[in-house]
Amino acid sequence: MEKTIDIKEKAFTSTRNACKVCTPLGASIVFKGIEGCVPLIHGSQGCATYIRRYLISHYKEPVDIASTNFSEETAIFGGEKNLFIAIENVTKQYNPKIIGIATTCLSEVIGDDMRKIIHKYKTEHDTNIPELVFVNTPSFMGTHINGFHDTVTSIVAAFASNTENRESINIFPGFLSPADLQHLKEILTDVAIDAIMVPDYSDILDNEYTGEYEKLPKGGTTIKELKQTACAKASLEFGYILNKSNPQTQSAAEYLKTAFDIPRVNLNIPIGIKATDALFDALEKITNNKTPEKYTKQRGKLIDAYVDGHKYVFGKKAVVYGEEDFVVAMISFLEEIGIETVLCASGGNSGLLKEVIQEKVQPKSDINIHDNFDFEEIATVCKELKPDIIIGNSKGYYIARELGIPLARVGFPIHDRLGGSRIKHIGYEGTQALFDLIANTLIQQMQDHSPVGYKYM
Amino acid sequence: MESILKGRQNQVLTKGTDSHELSCDKSSLAGSVSQRACVFCGSRVVLYPIADALHLVHGPIGCAAYTWDIRGALSSGPQIHRLSFSTDIKEQQVVFGGEKTLKKALLELISAYNPKAAFVYSTCIVDLIGDDVESVCKDVTNISGVEVITVQAPGFAGTKKDGYKVACDSLMKLVGSKGTNETIPNSINIIGDFNLAGELYLLRDYYEKMGIHIMATITGDGRVDDIRQSHKAALNIVQCSGSMSNLAMQMEEKYQIPNMRVSYFGIEDMSDALYSVARFFDSKEMMDKAIELVGSEVRDLLPKLEFYKKALAGKKAAIYVGGAFKAISLIKALRMIGVKTVVVGSQTGNKEDYLTMKNLSDEGTILVDDTNPLELTQLVKKTNTDILIGGVKERPIAYKLGLGFCDHNHERKLALAGYKGMLNFAKEIYATAMSPVFQFTKNK
Repeated sequence: MEKTIDIKEKAFTSTRNACKVCTPLGASIVFKGIEGCVPLIHGSQGCATYIRRYLISHYKEPVDIASTNFSEETAIFGGEKNLFIAIENVTKQYNPKIIGIATTCLSEVIGDDMRKIIHKYKTEHDTNIPELVFVNTPSFMGTHINGFHDTVTSIVAAFASNTENRESINIFPGFLSPADLQHLKEILTDVAIDAIMVPDYSDILDNEYTGEYEKLPKGGTTIKELKQTACAKASLEFGYILNKSNPQTQSAAEYLKTAFDIPRVNLNIPIGIKATDALFDALEKITNNKTPEKYTKQRGKLIDAYVDGHKYVFGKKAVVYGEEDFVVAMISFLEEIGIETVLCASGGNSGLLKEVIQEKVQPKSDINIHDNFDFEEIATVCKELKPDIIIGNSKGYYIARELGIPLARVGFPIHDRLGGSRIKHIGYEGTQALFDLIANTLIQQMQDHSPVGYKYM
Repeated sequence: MESILKGRQNQVLTKGTDSHELSCDKSSLAGSVSQRACVFCGSRVVLYPIADALHLVHGPIGCAAYTWDIRGALSSGPQIHRLSFSTDIKEQQVVFGGEKTLKKALLELISAYNPKAAFVYSTCIVDLIGDDVESVCKDVTNISGVEVITVQAPGFAGTKKDGYKVACDSLMKLVGSKGTNETIPNSINIIGDFNLAGELYLLRDYYEKMGIHIMATITGDGRVDDIRQSHKAALNIVQCSGSMSNLAMQMEEKYQIPNMRVSYFGIEDMSDALYSVARFFDSKEMMDKAIELVGSEVRDLLPKLEFYKKALAGKKAAIYVGGAFKAISLIKALRMIGVKTVVVGSQTGNKEDYLTMKNLSDEGTILVDDTNPLELTQLVKKTNTDILIGGVKERPIAYKLGLGFCDHNHERKLALAGYKGMLNFAKEIYATAMSPVFQFTKNK
């Protein structure tokens, strides 16, 4: 059977059921991961509201995002006036430490010069105002993941300054779930390393019940920490593609390497044993300490689980979609358990996806790799290649339903289930959860379609 | 209250205490975390349920991605409306214009999906980059034979409510474009019901039982050809007046079709919606059938509601929804199950709506227009609210405060209109007000 599908030219000029969202959404998530920060989107009211709705539906947490609420007048005369009013109102209502301003297609097209406007605001007001940082996130350039990484870089570049010698490391985990960030913090504590994680929405977007609607939920990377990113021993960064679709942008770790000569350690997102080993190796090198027994034990248990479940997953065919770095990490995990990825798709369009997969994952068989893909294109390929499982966010559910193929929900967004923020993907522990999810999804599919409905595996 | 922003004080009032009129119809304050969306949203909401039309969003990806299959507006037939199409314009189009992309996108989609008509939503930056969307649409109409309608919906050009008006203007391009001008006797258009969770099927059934012919259901389970012929109806019945009374007015002006405002939520309003149509047609037969129908439904429903009424007696609710008509009906429906409304507000209500709301409310009830999370938090705390009724963006407010929550928004899966809907509503309020999980949220 011919497995690879040659799609040279796109059949449709339009995007049909996008497998991506826009840049200011990524910016908003990062700003939510900074302590005392209120995101402010500089554009029409809808941008903030739609993004809030999208994020609330996934995280099931309050996501307050203010808007400069452009009117026709603003679109003609520029957004300065509205931005000033917005900063004042946000300050009054939230008393934030930082206001994180993200631009939009609208403010970019009319040419608002954010640096200038913000500078003017600062000079016209006393010093008792919140820190103001901004990021350019025109939605016609890149996807939410560009918005995410560009914002991490912007916010680090805005504060990184403290150059005293310190023994800490910076960690830029990329767009992971709050549970992943929590796990990462646990790992860093256990290996006894002083780490600064940017962003850190592990609590803010997966909060405990307090009985209050918190204006500024506790947690997040602090300003002090952001300043100290300039004096770390190293920067650890997950993801190979990051925001490289735009050659002019740097990742935060790249910026710190250029500006402060901080060594940059670039790793795959640690999903699977190999990628997680690489993380612990890197941590061992940095700390000169052995990996704690807790994790070698977790690793051992994971191998044990791989063995227990290997027959249920080996040779199965999967369709995987999501952000580019996410799918790279996911298929490197699937490779080690013998699941064959028949389609690896992303709405991202860095132009690097194929190359990175060939170089970093070195898959055993040919994979259809498609960036700049949408869900209707994924559906077409799924119909042809008839995978056993679909692995990705909840937006692919309609394809799974139509074709009777089970969907293992991972990544972002999860809009049709509880617990999107609690999904674990990384480390031995996250991989364990993913392995169980995927194996059990396949087992259930077999069981549901068995004529006898057996009671033992 | 500390959390009410300067410039918003007149958008909040307490009945019996404050003498000012509730200020409304204002654009949201910059920096306020308004629960409203934009002009594009308003237009998309209204046109979305036209299921055999193609909906193409011309702009960068966000606007289309955030509105993909976002509403529970069901279709009994075609499902084209549930797909999200975007020209997904990039830097290149921003610099050189997006007309070519738009034209190519339209022609391909029309040929692949074979829609009865196409709507092109022109978003924030389209005008700014100099695209003449109207002429592309005309061009494609001529080539494909499928009518392509421009929806001028840049997000910044007003509020969500202005988007409703934009949608009504677009609909008027279809209305009257098919069939003669002859009026069909005893016929109605149902406007402003979005067929959420199949609510329209219930209404259809009620009206048809009364011997009424339904010409078009414009904003729910909508079809292009029905809308084209909707000018032949004898009467427009309009729910969700905030969004759709403009269409009814335009149809009245152009085709002399009278209109009537109704609501389908709660026993009183639902029954009124049936009686007033019978009254309008001045038909004893229709009225008899309506009385019979209401009688049988109510006889069945009232005893079932008793249980909930007893259980919920004394509970206090806060309502914050998009349309004011819904808020008004909810006050009545809640009263029917023993729940008192202590806060009521909407994103888009007008003066008249708020006056109705005020008259209907008890002394001490707080009325609010275009609120935001922090303000609403204060209002529900101050009034010791037990249950909040709202949409997705209000849900975390309720849950973080340990309040019950009832989703009365566009993505709900439970029919809340009509008599069956009233029972569902009571069950839903009960399920959230009486859940044992709230034992853990109370202060120790």
